[in-house]
Amino acid sequence: MVDRVSVGVAAFLAVSAVAATAYAQQKDAAQEGIEAYREALQDGNPAELYEATGEELWKTPAGPKKASLEQCDLGLGPGVVKGAYARLPRHFQDTDRVQDLESRLLTCMEALQGKDPKPYVEAAFTAPPKEEMIALAAYVSGQSKGDPIAVTPKHPKEQAMYDLGKRMFYYQGGPYDFSCATCHGQEGTRIRLQDLPYIPGTKGAAAGWGSWPAYRVSAGQMWSMQWRLNDCFRQQRFPEPVYTSDATIALSMFMAANASGETMKTPGIKR
Amino acid sequence: MGNPMKIRASAKDGVTEIKILMSHEMETGQRKDANGTVIPAWFINEITAKLDGKTVMQAQWGPSISKNPYLAFKVKGGKAGDKVSVTWVDNRGDTRTDEAAVT
Repeated sequence: MVDRVSVGVAAFLAVSAVAATAYAQQKDAAQEGIEAYREALQDGNPAELYEATGEELWKTPAGPKKASLEQCDLGLGPGVVKGAYARLPRHFQDTDRVQDLESRLLTCMEALQGKDPKPYVEAAFTAPPKEEMIALAAYVSGQSKGDPIAVTPKHPKEQAMYDLGKRMFYYQGGPYDFSCATCHGQEGTRIRLQDLPYIPGTKGAAAGWGSWPAYRVSAGQMWSMQWRLNDCFRQQRFPEPVYTSDATIALSMFMAANASGETMKTPGIKR
Repeated sequence: MGNPMKIRASAKDGVTEIKILMSHEMETGQRKDANGTVIPAWFINEITAKLDGKTVMQAQWGPSISKNPYLAFKVKGGKAGDKVSVTWVDNRGDTRTDEAAVT
């Protein structure tokens, strides 16, 4: 009698093992299909068009001071663009602030070109001033493509920013009682066909941080990291953050530091 | 006069692969703006590619092609150094031509 029961249990286990394998194979096939589609998209990424626009904006004199951004210090010294994006956000002596790329660009536009940053901060993401910011971000990020992400919070302000970012990541609230971690706090999950990167882990953080700015095929739009983050707040039904505010830089710092050591794949391409 | 295209062309074993990325809004004429006004159709309707002065590909396009279109095709012949020239014309009569060398 006992034997029969154990045989039955063993048979049941065997059947469920087969079912689980079949399910895994099916999932793998779907995954392969998605990956093939993504690979096909990589060829001829329209982000290249925005990179070209950004490069022109970077090199063309503009603003009341009729200066270009070529002397902008993105952290590796004035005028060094190559590899700069992979090392942001970081603390800057001159502003005594931890800055991401877009906030640093605003600093340079104000200091070198004499432009007022306010219209750039307040404009909608689809309005011309933001289009300039996004094109510049596409260009600068493209100059770090293939570089290892190297962001380690050392300065006290960088560490404080990282801790704030971590708290924000797990902070749950709003009408949907949501946190960033609701979607990005578990491994191996997805929404419809979109893999949800596990942001506290290195690979997941790199999948997120290392692939923005990106061109979104479905919308035909180039998105910067700031736009991406703004949309995360919107999806959680949180109040939208001010462009380049510390809230967005803290989350950027949390992601960048977690992704450290992985490869920058910017500008990316998304569905 | 639109924004520049990105053209890449490479020759291998007597076959040249040409890849073109165009910058264009490609409005379908089906969309409405925030005020409910129809956004007029605006799309590339003619595209010509030449390899060393000889037309190798011609296409007529409609509004169903995506924004910022990407086009890739292979042609027999061609060698490194040959000139690829691509021209598009849109339904507003605007046109743009860009060139690149085969690698």
